[in-house]
Amino acid sequence: MFRDRTIAREIIKRLKAMELELRIMHVCGTHQDTIVRYGLDYLLKDCGIEVRQGPGCPVCVTTSLEFEKALRLAREGIIVTAFGDVYRVPSSTGSLASLRGEGFDTRIVYSIEDAVSLAKDTTKEVVFMGVGFETTAPTTASVLINDPPENFSVLSCHRYVPPALKALLEMGMEIDGLIEPGHVSTIIGIEPYEELSSEYNMPQVIAGFEPLDMLIAIYMLALQIRRGEAKVENEYERVVKREGNVKAKKLMAEVFEPVDVRWRGFPSIPSSGMSIKKEFEDWDASKKFEDILGDVADPGEPEGCICGEVLKGIADPTECPLFAQACTPDHPVGPCMVSVEGMCHIEYKYS
Amino acid sequence: MCLAVPGKIIEHSGNIAKVDFGDGTVRNVNTMLVDVKVGDYVLVHAGFAIEKVSREGAEETLKLLKQMLEE
Repeated sequence: MFRDRTIAREIIKRLKAMELELRIMHVCGTHQDTIVRYGLDYLLKDCGIEVRQGPGCPVCVTTSLEFEKALRLAREGIIVTAFGDVYRVPSSTGSLASLRGEGFDTRIVYSIEDAVSLAKDTTKEVVFMGVGFETTAPTTASVLINDPPENFSVLSCHRYVPPALKALLEMGMEIDGLIEPGHVSTIIGIEPYEELSSEYNMPQVIAGFEPLDMLIAIYMLALQIRRGEAKVENEYERVVKREGNVKAKKLMAEVFEPVDVRWRGFPSIPSSGMSIKKEFEDWDASKKFEDILGDVADPGEPEGCICGEVLKGIADPTECPLFAQACTPDHPVGPCMVSVEGMCHIEYKYS
Repeated sequence: MCLAVPGKIIEHSGNIAKVDFGDGTVRNVNTMLVDVKVGDYVLVHAGFAIEKVSREGAEETLKLLKQMLEE
């Protein structure tokens, strides 16, 4: 239904006729995959529309310091679990994957529930490195609220998307419109974006992930811009409700509270980190293992890596001297080459 | 990371549903975050159903598109 070529051609024709000169940003690796996989970037360039990915890959924006903390826990004999993408991201002293090769117990899980099951089967401490935006955070919250085993805890690297969008606009990023991520929006709904439209005069459309979803969303943005409007529209109506997923939002609010955190490539962004509330601190790895984690040093960015600039949307992967040379999906240097949502990985895969 | 895959609920008991993703893939999914029943289509992310997929919503978007293209 959302891959109809005739409709796609018609939209492209209309966009071309509008003689636009636009710069649009999205913040989602899955959107980037759709855009590059179907060659929409070239089609849109022909219509005068440049589409860039911002800081929309949770694995990529997780800082080296956060990875170092997970590595330290593993080196202390704690079982550290993570999603596959997270597992492979290198920091200066290795990755969770490379530690396994050194004999430490690190494991890939497909869901936080797998990590809980593991904790039930062992007397050892099990930590889940919780990475992800509002799409993933409710799954962590639902586990913490259901009294998980004592030997289980979460290293929360979860983050909220809207504060990062605000930070981008505060930085004076020159963009004409934003495509908002469909699955983050599935949880948070439409309201959190409205402030950006009213305060920064920013047209926004929430979009799904089929090629036609992206084209419709861009067409909706173009029409808003031409009319001089700046509102939040929802293209992904088959999933995203105005109020979002109320149950999931409630769970998140019960378990997490906002704190200022750094994002890779960005300074500290106010209220953008999800910290586990005091009531649940028995399962908060940053509290439980405070002594172990206290002196972990920030190793900074890998040498020569420009992931930070790529995440800000000001550099293309191909501008990095390491791209496709020293840095490939098999031997990644920075997180944007590891994650299937990372801009470098996507550029490499389809080029 | 925020990738979510649609599938159809074929069994549901408590907070666990069997979800058919097509091509023979059936998985157990946690349904704690949604109100769903057998026959519903859900989006699944990291082992959890995060929302129902509605046919009406899809039709709404295509209707809106049709209107936009007629303008």
